[in-house]
Amino acid sequence: MTYLPAFLLAEAGRTRLLSLSSVDLAIVTIYFVAVLAIGFYLKGKSETGEDFFLAGREMTAWIAGLSFVSANLGALELMGWAAAAYQYGILAAHWYWVGAIPAMLFLGVVMMPFYYISKTHSVPGYLQLRYGESSRALAAVSFGFMTVLMSGINMYSMALVMKVVLGWDIHFSIWVSSLTVAAYVALGGLRSAIFNEVLQFMLIWLGALLIPILGLIEAGGWTGLQARIAHELGRTDYTHLWRTMGNFGDNPMGIHWTGIVLGLGWVISFGYWTTDFLVVQRVLAAKDLRAAKLAPIIGAGFKMMVPFIVILPGLLALGLLPIKLTGEAQAVATGGHSYNEVLPLMLARYCGPGLLGLGITALIAGFMSGMAGNVSAFATVWTYDIYRAFVRKDAPDAHYVKMGRWCTILGVLVSIGTAYLVMQFLSIMDYVQALFSFFIAPLFGTVLLGMLWKRATPAGGFWGLLSGTVSSVAMWAWVKVDPSALSIIALSPKAKDMAENMYRALWSWLICVTVTVVVSLLTAPKPEKELKGLVYGCTVLPSEQHLPLWKRPIFWAAVVAVVFVVLQVIFW
Amino acid sequence: MSEQKYVISIWLFIGVLLLIYGVLIVASGIYDLYYPPAQVTVLGNLHPQIWWGALLVILGGIYTWKFRPGKG
Repeated sequence: MTYLPAFLLAEAGRTRLLSLSSVDLAIVTIYFVAVLAIGFYLKGKSETGEDFFLAGREMTAWIAGLSFVSANLGALELMGWAAAAYQYGILAAHWYWVGAIPAMLFLGVVMMPFYYISKTHSVPGYLQLRYGESSRALAAVSFGFMTVLMSGINMYSMALVMKVVLGWDIHFSIWVSSLTVAAYVALGGLRSAIFNEVLQFMLIWLGALLIPILGLIEAGGWTGLQARIAHELGRTDYTHLWRTMGNFGDNPMGIHWTGIVLGLGWVISFGYWTTDFLVVQRVLAAKDLRAAKLAPIIGAGFKMMVPFIVILPGLLALGLLPIKLTGEAQAVATGGHSYNEVLPLMLARYCGPGLLGLGITALIAGFMSGMAGNVSAFATVWTYDIYRAFVRKDAPDAHYVKMGRWCTILGVLVSIGTAYLVMQFLSIMDYVQALFSFFIAPLFGTVLLGMLWKRATPAGGFWGLLSGTVSSVAMWAWVKVDPSALSIIALSPKAKDMAENMYRALWSWLICVTVTVVVSLLTAPKPEKELKGLVYGCTVLPSEQHLPLWKRPIFWAAVVAVVFVVLQVIFW
Repeated sequence: MSEQKYVISIWLFIGVLLLIYGVLIVASGIYDLYYPPAQVTVLGNLHPQIWWGALLVILGGIYTWKFRPGKG
């Protein structure tokens, strides 16, 4: 049989990569009906604040864990990391393994007890309990602001993908998908978002899994794929995780293992997975402490497998596609295809009618789960940490639920506005993405010290967070003004952009921690009785000794950790 | 599982959706067997629509049956 994909038959000036058949369109349409049905079904079950913002705190470990990992599994993440795998090889898997697993296990085993026992509604809420209103205000305003902006950027990017891949009108994609998300989150609150995320998780896997299966059959297994890539590129480093990390110049990312381990694996990863409320909110909805501890561990188990549907397709494209993919600018200039089109191209390669619809539904599901995560987290932080804290303190619960519903709609509308703004001024996208990264690393320093060091004071927490954030902005601006500064921040003249993010995060975290420690030692600590339930050493953690070994979260964390280490060794 | 206290479990939604998808994809695969498309996919000779669709039907059927309303 001859392989004649649509994109090879199309002219250079084509407007789409794929064409959907009526079966594919039916599959996509049924998906929209299903997510709305879930929202309407759960409408009457979210009447209290606890129901709407924390899903009644009654999710099982499995539901919370799948939702936890699904909220992060956006479509742009799927397509972006498949593209990165094509560009940088298996090094991209670091973002799923060392850049996620240790942090997720740490959240489950060490940090979750404090989040959960403190009964906080949010991460800024924890900062208020531990450090006071000023730290909460700084974290809440920055998180709320950045969340809706990021949501808008993702919305625009996804609409652009739908236009390029399917030829769909960009306005149609923005409005239909965002209004669907607004409807089901406003109707059912976090419970609806979580239930839909579980559904989306299943669809993402079932829609994307066929590519690596058929790809490996075609390539002759992993060994065959390695041989094909080595033959195509004339080098073998694209299929090794750590072997080429000893020197900045020895790998396509231009990064050293210290940047990956300390910058990505420690600061960025721990910052994102343990303090970004977008993901932590899912775990706070767990029904009890054991479920809350197990949820991130279950999430880690699934996260560890995601490279199979994201990184492997990129590598398969590298070894199997008859065409060479290039950067976006070159693709536009030559009428070719860019790295970012890896996943749709692989879908076109293996998926006929029906399966193509399932794959596209997986992308749409990924987009909507990410967006629902953003708006539900925004609604909670706005309502509890800004509106209730600073605008109206003593309103009845029903008032805050109403505010949460309106915030969901408002958050989506602001996101849509941002999407249109980005459409007009593309450079905004880079700035906002950089802005988001400014807060993550310092926030991790503040929360970590707050949980593990009872001497940390409110003044220390606030000034540490502020100085870490400001220093991150300053380093970013420094490199923008003087690109040669990159070699100072990343400690090597051979460092590339990716290394800058790692080292900037590391320095800003160190500055945050140093300032927090110094200011704390110079100021009066809180009395220990006020730290009960918030800090290690002042909190009685429930014993799990009565549980059989296989029911203890620490046991499953150890299992996931062992598999993680084995994967590093296999792909060394 | 606490979500079972609702009349309809999330797993039932998932089961029904997978069942519908499986039936549509298998049907599409069978149609392609008799009326092969002009453009074929790589490894299309393995008929992935049929066996992947069948997998969805089985998964969806199990979830639908196990979490059907009124059970237990």
